[in-house]
Amino acid sequence: MPNRRIFIDKISQGWMIASLATILLLPVIIGLALYMKANPLLEQQSLSTLLFSSEWLPSQGKFGFWPFIAGSLYVTLLAFIFAAPVCLFAAIHLTQFASKKLIRWMYPVIDILAGLPSVIYGVWGILVIVHFISDILAPFFNTSSSGYSILAGGIVLTVMCIPYMLNMLIEVFNTVPIGLKEASLSLGSSYWESVKHVVVRKSFPGIISAFGLGIAKAFGETIAVMMVVGNQVKVSGNPFDAGYPLPALIANNYGEMLSIPMYDSALMFAAFLLLVIILSINLIFRYLIHKTTRK
Amino acid sequence: MFTDVEMCEKPDVVSTPYGSTSILRIRNLNVFTEDHHILKDINLDIPKNKITVLLGPSGCGKTTLLKCMNKLTDLYQELKVSGNIFIDEDDVLHSNSNIPAIRQKMGLLSQRPYPLPMSIFKNVAYGIKLQGVKNKSLIAETVERNLREVGLWEEVKDRLHSPGASLSIGQQQRLCLARGLAVKPWIILADEPTSALDPISSKIIEDLFRNLKQKYTIILVTHILRQAVRLADHVVFMNFGEIIEQGKPMELFKNPSTKQLKEYLVDGN
Ligand SMILES: Nc1ncnc2c1ncn2[C@@H]1O[C@H](COP(=O)(O)OP(=O)(O)OP(=O)(O)O)[C@@H](O)[C@H]1O
Ligand SMILES: [Mg+2]
Repeated sequence: MPNRRIFIDKISQGWMIASLATILLLPVIIGLALYMKANPLLEQQSLSTLLFSSEWLPSQGKFGFWPFIAGSLYVTLLAFIFAAPVCLFAAIHLTQFASKKLIRWMYPVIDILAGLPSVIYGVWGILVIVHFISDILAPFFNTSSSGYSILAGGIVLTVMCIPYMLNMLIEVFNTVPIGLKEASLSLGSSYWESVKHVVVRKSFPGIISAFGLGIAKAFGETIAVMMVVGNQVKVSGNPFDAGYPLPALIANNYGEMLSIPMYDSALMFAAFLLLVIILSINLIFRYLIHKTTRK
Repeated sequence: MFTDVEMCEKPDVVSTPYGSTSILRIRNLNVFTEDHHILKDINLDIPKNKITVLLGPSGCGKTTLLKCMNKLTDLYQELKVSGNIFIDEDDVLHSNSNIPAIRQKMGLLSQRPYPLPMSIFKNVAYGIKLQGVKNKSLIAETVERNLREVGLWEEVKDRLHSPGASLSIGQQQRLCLARGLAVKPWIILADEPTSALDPISSKIIEDLFRNLKQKYTIILVTHILRQAVRLADHVVFMNFGEIIEQGKPMELFKNPSTKQLKEYLVDGN
């Protein structure tokens, strides 16, 4: 009997280690595979040209990824600038000020928003946001725009990020023990002062981590953004212009035009780049979390 | 709300059997949730510069009573509170004017220490900074004086700027006491302040309380009967949300007049 238990114990431990190893190895395997596929291109051209050149002429063998990188960064940045403050204040209000009733109503709404497939956001973006930009916003700023633009991508991405980030921020604020607020209030702070000095400060690492995960998710979001962003290869600071983020490049072109030499490698390189950037975002935020927790 | 105040007794100065006046007067205090009557018609006078001990079985409403005293019940939407609690001339429950100022008259020491997420120094400085004190040397002086008062200064003077949470639990509890004292409260509300502490830290806190009652009034919730005997000037025994008996500790413990207290004392020993 004891032998059998030890045996089962061993087996179950083995299983756990194996599953854990698979999970840990997965990103490495994916990364390696992408890298190997991209290697022919990397052997042919220097990394700096690939990253920072804006010339994208596959048929002439010119692969400059900067327009795609810049497009991705721009769309993500817009989404973050719009979504972060909204989520932060909404989460503070919901967890610190709102009535229990409102919270009961909000949870299912957030869950539904978070669960909607991204195509739906894309369609909504085309129907509403693109028209809003071309008919109202662009004329208001005295420019013209087809509506399919970086800004449209940013707005759609914002809406997609909000439920995701809001959910995490609510969790973060809910973990602040009520005893801390009691302590702060009994020292004579107003309610808002307690929130500001104690709740937000205590949640700081959590807030940063929620932002980081939100950004990483936004950076990789593909379908919805692709549907509204215009998909033109150019670098422009004007949010009313079209752009072409990295994930859209891969999704639009993979399986087509593979007759062009190196095109296959180039798309793999794009995927590899995406992986590296998302990993870097994660690492940067891990570091920030670490920094803020220690204080 | 106005009629509420008028219906009850005037906040007259009641003298207590201890030759001191009462600093806090609770009148017809009731607390409900949707399906539970937590505190039932509490009427209680807290004698000034004495240690009042609240005793009672778990769940009888001691913590809730303490939280009513400085209106922390606001944090719990599900609690409905009615009645009056007078401190000085202010009615804690009905004075909408300056709740933070009223709360500052009562320092809170909870069952577990909750150091604020900031340095040791800022923990103690927090309250007076909220009051608007800006003078750096005055703040530093206040911090030192209060840390000395709880006997923590020597232990932390070299690491005032490390996080409050880096202290041991016993030190954290004294830090919480120091930051409470820094705003010069009249009353210290202590909810089982030693239950998470080792015997030595507990003794330090007890000794502190004995000294502090020269200047402050202390309301102490405890489950430790010996602690009650050691510290109490006045004992209030509660059960199921009601005050069953109150009086001087020796009289109460020697001759409990109710069956409930008798049982509680027997089980507690
Ligand atoms: N926010 C709340 N919502 C619902 N019920 C509550 C709430 N706070 C307290 N109660 C109920 O009120 C009763 C008294 O609780 P309280 O915490 O005051 O007891 P206590 O005397 O401090 O007990 P203990 O000695 O275990 O700390 C309990 O039955 C508790 O379930
Ligand atoms: Mg309690």
